[in-house]
Amino acid sequence: MITQEKIEKNSFLMIVLILFVISIGGLVEVIPLYYIEGTIEDTTVDGVDPVRPYTPLEQRGRDLYIREGCYNCHSQMIRPFRDEMLRYGHYSLGAESQYDHPFQWGSKRTGPDLARVGGKYSNTWQVKHLVKPTSVVPQSIMPNYPWLLENELDTSDLVDRLKTLKIVGVPYSETTEEYNANVKKFGEKVAPMLDINKAQENLLAQAKEGNYDGNPDKLTEMDAMVAYLQVLGTMVDFTKYEEGHFAKFRTNDYAQSK
Amino acid sequence: MAQAGHVETYNYDIVRKFAIMAIFWGIVGMATGVYIASELAFPFLNFDLPWLTFGRLRPVHTSGVIFGFGGCALFATSYYVVQRTSQARLWGSGLANFTFYGWNGGVLLAAIGYVTGYTQGREYAEIVWPLDIAIVFVWVAYFTVYVMTLRKRKTPHIYVANWFYLAFILAVALLHIFNNLAVPVSWTSLHSYSLQSGVQDAMTQWWYGHNAVGFFLTAAFLGMMYYFVPKQAGRPIYSYKLSIVHFWALTFLYMWVGTHHLHWTAVPDWTSSLAATFSILLLMPSWGGMINGIMTLSGAWDKLRNDPIMLFLITSLSFYGMSTFEGPLMSLKSVNALSHYTDWTVGHVHSGALGWVAMISIGSLYHLIQKLWNTEMYSKSMIYTHFYLSTIGTVLYIASLWVAGIGQGLILRAFDSYGNLAYTFVESVEFLHAPYVIRAIGGGLFVLGMFIMAYNAYMTIRAARNKNVDIEAQAVIPAAVAH
Repeated sequence: MITQEKIEKNSFLMIVLILFVISIGGLVEVIPLYYIEGTIEDTTVDGVDPVRPYTPLEQRGRDLYIREGCYNCHSQMIRPFRDEMLRYGHYSLGAESQYDHPFQWGSKRTGPDLARVGGKYSNTWQVKHLVKPTSVVPQSIMPNYPWLLENELDTSDLVDRLKTLKIVGVPYSETTEEYNANVKKFGEKVAPMLDINKAQENLLAQAKEGNYDGNPDKLTEMDAMVAYLQVLGTMVDFTKYEEGHFAKFRTNDYAQSK
Repeated sequence: MAQAGHVETYNYDIVRKFAIMAIFWGIVGMATGVYIASELAFPFLNFDLPWLTFGRLRPVHTSGVIFGFGGCALFATSYYVVQRTSQARLWGSGLANFTFYGWNGGVLLAAIGYVTGYTQGREYAEIVWPLDIAIVFVWVAYFTVYVMTLRKRKTPHIYVANWFYLAFILAVALLHIFNNLAVPVSWTSLHSYSLQSGVQDAMTQWWYGHNAVGFFLTAAFLGMMYYFVPKQAGRPIYSYKLSIVHFWALTFLYMWVGTHHLHWTAVPDWTSSLAATFSILLLMPSWGGMINGIMTLSGAWDKLRNDPIMLFLITSLSFYGMSTFEGPLMSLKSVNALSHYTDWTVGHVHSGALGWVAMISIGSLYHLIQKLWNTEMYSKSMIYTHFYLSTIGTVLYIASLWVAGIGQGLILRAFDSYGNLAYTFVESVEFLHAPYVIRAIGGGLFVLGMFIMAYNAYMTIRAARNKNVDIEAQAVIPAAVAH
């Protein structure tokens, strides 16, 4: 019998028991998330998954979003409430952040949620807003980010970054086999954007075509940042799913039926 | 010579160094906090400089106060308590010095990294991967020094304060390692991508985030409480049995509650319900600990009349009781629906961080400084001033953010008679201006108190050193004459 008397006279026993006691909670709550079906919702439509990894330009934008600490004031997680639905759109799915390393759901809204900010404003508005928020929203307390328009986008470690994301599980392709798998999963249009071998040209092409920063001749950090903001929350078209399709993943019945 | 004998018995040198750095980081971390709070009230303070923007400075504030101020206060007090309660000198003074330079260097480099754009983008775990690895080495050294000292103890029982410090060291190791699992972009890059993504990453991050509060900012400071409150009161701890229940219940329950930071998000509901349930349960050990601390003063309540250090300690326990009541309340899903994403959360954190963590540390540090330099504090009235500044500052801080948080929550969910949203988002931002100004003033008062403490400590230590030099000089003179 282990008594408190024994424990507090034996440092080794105490260490072992503390480790045991503190391990239980985390194990019970985290491990099942990898195994319970429906934790990540099924978003497939017509055999293609619209939720795709970020393009090289979008991913570089995401890196900048993290560098500037945007998550300190903006969440990316819409909750299933009427006011949030009216203000931001459909509640966020787990599937929508499955390629987010790390997740950026945030914990504080000093500014509005950004989970579905993509397409809400024009590129021009986004650039103006980032350079000087009060120029478009006079009451804003957000800092100015003029350097995003001045700094050239660093793409020197682009391939390393995508390869690293591939290691942690994002399906970018390097081989023909992986490429074909992406064609099957994400469709013929998306797969080429996920090809690491063409990362640099894809990035330049998207920046040029999208002209996010309003200057097609220069590749700036603004190009990447706006490209990222404009894709947020736009991958899933909720009109394409049956009524209640996503709600069923939130019920216990679903987990039990599987 | 009594002084020399003292130094030989215990390693006070390492405790002194950490105690001074605790005050240093307290000022740096809290002043940064006041600055970023002012940026929210007066955005021109961002000055269009990347390294001065709120987004980059906020981790400097959080790491500065949690790891810099809190960490150094914990190193100082734990190294002191483990020696005194074990009646043994600290094991491995070289290794202990390594923890000092390693830890402080780590916090400094982390802060420089944040302002220059090097971050993992994980709240309270923004530190980049090479520093994360360095911290593991420091932590292993800390664990080794601590446990080896315990094993040298001359008393059969391990004193209760050490249980809490031990749980803190072990839990933080576990949390730090699993939350920071990441793959570097390359061996020469400071950037990395987290091993997990989305839902699982969120769960892991808040399992870390909340238990950083639970073990770094609670269990460890309870260790501090279990030593310094009885010492300052000159009375034994109120109930030994209560401390046993308090300890095991707290260490078990805390690890379940992290998901209450993720209510109504894309994590499965069952994790959320489980976390809310355990959050309510957690009220019991939390209050058990508070009662144990406060009741230690029974029979010595008069100390509150003439001992400002005791005021700090008891007030900190009162704030601890208050914030551990507010926490379970906010973990209820219906309350959380309003409070989450608002400044109510920030206010709640600060009722714990300023009211509990900072005040128990400040009280303990005043006690410690007198013991370490074998002297009295330079000015008792300055401690009183510090106490009132801290308390008023904390109350202004949390009250203004109750207004801000509940107000913003209500504004954002208000509908007009047609069922449309009554306010735009930016209207809620306008509403926040007045509470933000008051919050910055409250924080400012708290920092002002820290400056007074630093001055008081400086004068105390200087006087103590001069006194010792005098003693040494007197001892030397007769010897010189004899020649």
